[in-house]
Order: sequence, then structure tokens, then C-alpha cells
Amino acid sequence: MSDDATAGGPVEARLPAWAADYWANDLVKIGATLAAVYAVYLVIGALLGYDLSGQLNSLRRLTFLIVLYSIAALVVNLHWGYSGLFNIGVVGFMATGVYTTTMLSRPLQGQNPTGTLPGLGLPFPVAVVGGVLAAAAVGYVAALPSLRLRDDYFAIVTLAFAEIIRITVKASELQEFTVFGVTLGTGGGRGIRTYPNPVDEFFAGPGQPVVEAVSALGVDGSLVAGWAFVLVLVVLLAGVYLLITRLAESPFGRVLKAIRDDEQATLGLAKDTASFKIRAFIVGCAVLGLLGIVWQGSQGYVSPSLFIPQLTFFIWIAVIVGGAGSNTGSIVGTILFVGVVYLGPDYLRRLVEEYVSLSGSVPTFPGAVGALAGGDPQGVLLYTLDQTSTLRVVLTGVFLVWLLRTNPDGLFGDRREIASSIDLEDRVERRRARGDADGQEGGGSE
Amino acid sequence: MTASSDVDATDETELDDADADERAADPDATGRPAEPLLEVDSLTKSFGGIDALNGVTFDVTAGMLTGLIGPNGAGKSTTFNVISGVFPPDSGTVRFGGEDVTGLAPNETASRGLVRTFQMAREFRNMTVLENLMVAPKAQVGETAWRSVLPGARGAVSDQEEEVFERAWSMLEFFDIDHLALENAGNLSGGQRKLLELARALMLDPEMLLLDEPFAGVNPSLESKLLERIETLRDRGQTFLLVEHDMDLIMEHCERVIVMHQGRTLVTGTPEEVQSQEEVVEAYLGGNVA
Ligand SMILES: Nc1ncnc2c1ncn2[C@@H]1O[C@H](COP(=O)(O)OP(=O)(O)OP(=O)(O)O)[C@@H](O)[C@H]1O
Ligand SMILES: [Mg+2]
Repeated sequence: MSDDATAGGPVEARLPAWAADYWANDLVKIGATLAAVYAVYLVIGALLGYDLSGQLNSLRRLTFLIVLYSIAALVVNLHWGYSGLFNIGVVGFMATGVYTTTMLSRPLQGQNPTGTLPGLGLPFPVAVVGGVLAAAAVGYVAALPSLRLRDDYFAIVTLAFAEIIRITVKASELQEFTVFGVTLGTGGGRGIRTYPNPVDEFFAGPGQPVVEAVSALGVDGSLVAGWAFVLVLVVLLAGVYLLITRLAESPFGRVLKAIRDDEQATLGLAKDTASFKIRAFIVGCAVLGLLGIVWQGSQGYVSPSLFIPQLTFFIWIAVIVGGAGSNTGSIVGTILFVGVVYLGPDYLRRLVEEYVSLSGSVPTFPGAVGALAGGDPQGVLLYTLDQTSTLRVVLTGVFLVWLLRTNPDGLFGDRREIASSIDLEDRVERRRARGDADGQEGGGSE
Repeated sequence: MTASSDVDATDETELDDADADERAADPDATGRPAEPLLEVDSLTKSFGGIDALNGVTFDVTAGMLTGLIGPNGAGKSTTFNVISGVFPPDSGTVRFGGEDVTGLAPNETASRGLVRTFQMAREFRNMTVLENLMVAPKAQVGETAWRSVLPGARGAVSDQEEEVFERAWSMLEFFDIDHLALENAGNLSGGQRKLLELARALMLDPEMLLLDEPFAGVNPSLESKLLERIETLRDRGQTFLLVEHDMDLIMEHCERVIVMHQGRTLVTGTPEEVQSQEEVVEAYLGGNVA
């Protein structure tokens, strides 16, 4: 990995020399940001009076969201940062993955004791592969005609595709249907039970002693499966990071970068640009399919309402914060996004509730304003804190404005990641060193 | 190192003006068969109401440096666009190496060895100069996504990367822009961008290069250096079609000249023949040539 440090980047400039040296390492950047966010959450947890289990659970949820959003951000970075493909239909591909896997893996009709929706009864690993392939196939269908369109039209097509998928799985006609004598369905607007989480199953069965041992230490035993699943996701994230970094640092990624800068000139270099864009798009969609399978699928139940465009936009914000074009930036951006914008308002509300003795609830805006007019500011505070999801959006705006004023290209936007599988900076240095040595020996014969 | 010897051998003494003049006077002195590599026949192209091309016909002989001249708006760049496939002609044909390439996409004409540069340099501005060159070589193993990812296959990709780097480095030295190797191409000066674009096109080992005003904005000393290099490459068998407004330059360096005016080819011939045609002078003076 030949990522080079931001020479004099916004972060380095404010660090002492020794710290800037460490900061140059990508894993250190990610680790340090994560540690900082963890520390803040531990302090908040302490202020809220969480016990050990409470703290561990708070960090588990934080990590869970960071890892899943990071995978999505890496894909958006592959699509937008490296290839210039404006995919705002991210959720559609996630939905394709999780719904396909669910419908393939649910037990056949008759072998289904709980009486819930039947499926094709395929083994779980086969169903996962099926879900990933389905997401890739939908990506192909979305990309094929629309890559000839201008960038902004392509964006609209991806958004439309995501909505088509959401509305399709919601359709009552598909709630339960029979083809070739096999009954299956999407569950329609009511949603569908997915599949058992293999990690949970392991700790409910052969892994039971571990849970008991942990419980004996006075920690909530259910945290074991929770954290184990997070670790599985971390491994998955590492794999996706490696995949996308390798794609970027290769002749393949080089052509993608060239297309993003100037497609016409890239065509002039005998590159079939449409083929490169389609391949990059499909790889990303396959990863999104897998992400849907492990994210929404792991909750035991999915419904179409999970796959609204808002999720896509949150993922995009993470990439914008980090700076498009940098894998490390995408992950650091995600850590900040989840820590500050996504979970922040919730914890803020709890902190205020803990330390400011507020009584009652003010659910409406007129109520809040009325109280303020009556000289009582508590009403407005109560009302504001009641609106967690609105607060999230407001905070997103404030955070973005603040960040993009100081770093218009995102935190890592000015970073240079050279697209080659070998370290070109090192090669150039060596060639220059050799050239200097030759020049001295030859007495400047050239 | 094999690649570097390929482009490094700029023997500057070989290319004095006398030699060039001799060649210009008698193109067949090189001993190469004078067969047309590019045949353009009756191209027309209109944009809305404007007839940008209105009967463009000419041949370009392999191994020659041919000039394409004409006043602003004569249709020179449009001719390049149609030949290279940026857009198809309304009618007419383009043949390259004996094959019909009319209306083929730019990547297809380029992969057949017909490579062009743009009037406005189109460098990849967010990539380093070195990357700009390394994008170009054809059929790189690592352009296959899975080969770039899988541990077993990536080794072969890196081996080829070393070769491509060596080739790119020699090219940078050849163009005297090796000190800019790690600079972002967007930070280059106008003239340096022109150099970069030419160098990048050469990384494809093209059979024929279409150069659209490659010296515009290039300072005179750099220009003569570039011309020297173009002639070196020509002597190695590369074919050039060069759009240029500087008549002296065209007359001095090109073996054949094609004159365009108002979307048509007016005259084709050696510089001397073309110069003696009154029409050409008129075209440049803005006279109304039917
Ligand atoms: N894409 C286009 N759309 C509309 N009109 C065009 C287009 N390209 C060229 N034209 C028109 O075609 C005519 C020829 O233009 P062209 O660029 O080929 O001239 P040129 O000979 O290259 O001129 P110059 O020496 O100034 O570069 C002009 O009238 C121009 O306005
Ligand atoms: Mg022009």
C-alpha cells in the first residue's frame, strides 16, 4: 500500500513532528480517531452512570454502526471517489442482497413450523452467495444503459432503481406468491423474518460455556455474541478495505481515475471506459449486497421502510466528511459521522435528561414557543431533545458547514493516493538517486 | 532497460535542418513504400446549420510528417474528431491501414494504432505526471480487476508495473519532464501539458499520431526541441498528421501539406507546390475561395 502522507495537510499542520510521523500511517489515523471517539463515549457513559455491561454495550453499538457504515462508505468511495459514478441508490443494492438471501434461505413450505413465510429452503451460505450475485446483477442492469448518460442522469437512475426495488418488495402482489409450485414472498409492507444469525446460534449452542464464563464475571452474557458479531464484521471490513485499496492501487484503478478526470481523453488512450465503469460499479454493488445481508439481515427482520433514501444520504455524508478519493478518509469520516452526527443527539438527550431536571414532555412546537413566551425556556429544550431524528439532520448540516468551510475537500480530500501496485514514489527516488550518481561519475558528460 | 533504449536514442546531431530539407524534397529517399496509411474520403459533418465539414478528402502516407493547415474554423479539429471517432461523419469514409474505420468509437480507433492529441490539452489533472503516462500502455494485465486483487495474480501485475514504470520514466526523460514525475498534472504549465499529452500518446506506441496544434503555447526553444523529437520518431517509421498555424514551420518540417478552407480540402502537395498555389494565400488572407 503506497498511500502517502498528506504533506502539510490540514491535520498534520497542527500536530507536533513526532505525532505527525505516526499520523502518516493509515492504520494509526483510523485507530487514533476511533480511540478518541471511544474515549468520549466512555466519559459520556460514566456521566450517565453506566456499569461495565452498559459501557461495553454502548461501545458495541457504536462500533457496529461504524463498521457497517464504513463498508458502505468504501463502496461509495470506489464508485464516486475513484470512478466518478454518482450512486445515490446505495440502499437498493443492500435491499436486493438481504431480500434475495432471505427468500432463498427461508424453509420450504410445510417444513416451516412457525407458520411464517416460506422460501426456497437453500443452505444459508448458498443463499448469501445468491444475495451477493443478485445485487451485482441488479447493478449490471442499472449500469448498462445508463452509463451512456451524463453523470447527473446516472445519479437519478440509481435513485430510481433503489425506489423501484423498495416499492417492489413492498407490493402486496409479491407478499406471498407461488411459481412452479414453490411458494415464497417478500412479506410486502409488513416485512419478513430473515434468517438466524450464525454467530448468535453458535453462542446459544456450542459456545454456551463462553457466555456462562463471562456472566460469571458479572458482565451481561448477551454481550458475548454481540461483540463476536462485531468482530466478524471488522474482519469483513478489513477484507473490503483490502479489496478496494487493491483495486484502486492497480492499473484498473488508474484507468478509473483517468475516467473520472477526463473520459474523452481516456477513450483516446484505447480504453473501453464503459467496461471499466460497469466493472467498478458491479464490484461495489456486490459488496453492498453483502452489506445488506449482514446489516439489516442480522436484525432478524426486514421491512421496506429500512431502505429509504435517507440511509444512502447518511453514507454519502460520511464520505464527504472524509474526502472522496481516499479509503482511509472514508473510514475516518465514518467514525466521525457515526460518533458525532448519528449517535450524538441521542446521547446528548440522555445527558441533558440526567443532569437538567426536566419534567414532562413538550411534543409540539406551539407548545414549546408558548412556554418560551411565558418566560420558560425549558419547553424549547424539551421539545428540541424530543426530536432526535430531526436533531440529527440539523446537526448534520451544522457539522458539514463547519467542516467544509475549513476543509472544502473533506479531511483527506487533498491526499494523493497513487494508483499503482508498486510504490512509484520509491521508484522515482531510486531513479533520481541513480541519475545523480551517474552524473557525478561521468563528470556531467550529458 | 530494453524499453529505455527504445526511446532514449535521441541522436541529436542526426537531425540538422539540411537533412530535413532533403527529406522534404524527396520523401521516397527513405526507401519506404509510399502507400497511404490513412485515407479520408468526402467527409461531411454539420452541426445544426453549420457545415463544419463539406467534402474532406486526403491521404496520409506511412512514415511521413504531413501538415494540415487552414484558417480558424476551417474544420481541422472537426476532421480529427471525425477520424478518431469522437463523432461519426454525416457521410464519407475513413480508412486506416486498409480497413474501414468510419464511425468507430475513439477507443477502437486508438487501439488500432490511430492516436490523437487535443487542441486543448486534456491531461488527467488529479493524477501525477507519471500516472498520466502509465495509464496509456495497452492491454495491461492489471486492468483486469480480479488480477489486481487476488494474491497469486497480483505479483504478475506488479512485475508488469515495473516495466511500465521504466518505459514511462524513459519517456519522461526523453521529454525532459522527469523532474515533474510526481507533480499533479493539473499544476503543470500550458506548454508542459502539451508535452505531457504528446508523451502520453506515445506511450501507446501508435502507428499514426494526429497532433492538433501541439506547439500552441509552447515557447520557441521547447518547440524546436519537440519538432526534433517528432522528426526522430518519424525517422523510426511513425506517421504524423500535424495541425499547425505557423506556415514557416509547416513549410520547413512537413513533407506534404493539406490545406483546408471552409470545411473542404483545397490543395494537397509538397510545401513548394502548396506555396505556389494562389488559392492558399487567398485562403489565409481571407479571400473568398469558392
Ligand atoms: N461540437 C461542435 N458543435 C457545434 N459546432 C462545432 C462543433 N465543433 C466544431 N464546430 C464548428 O465547426 C466549424 C469548424 O471548427 P473546427 O474546430 O474544426 O475548426 P478548426 O479548423 O480546428 O479551427 P481552429 O484553427 O480555430 O482550431 C466551426 O464553425 C465550429 O464552430
Ligand atoms: Mg482546431
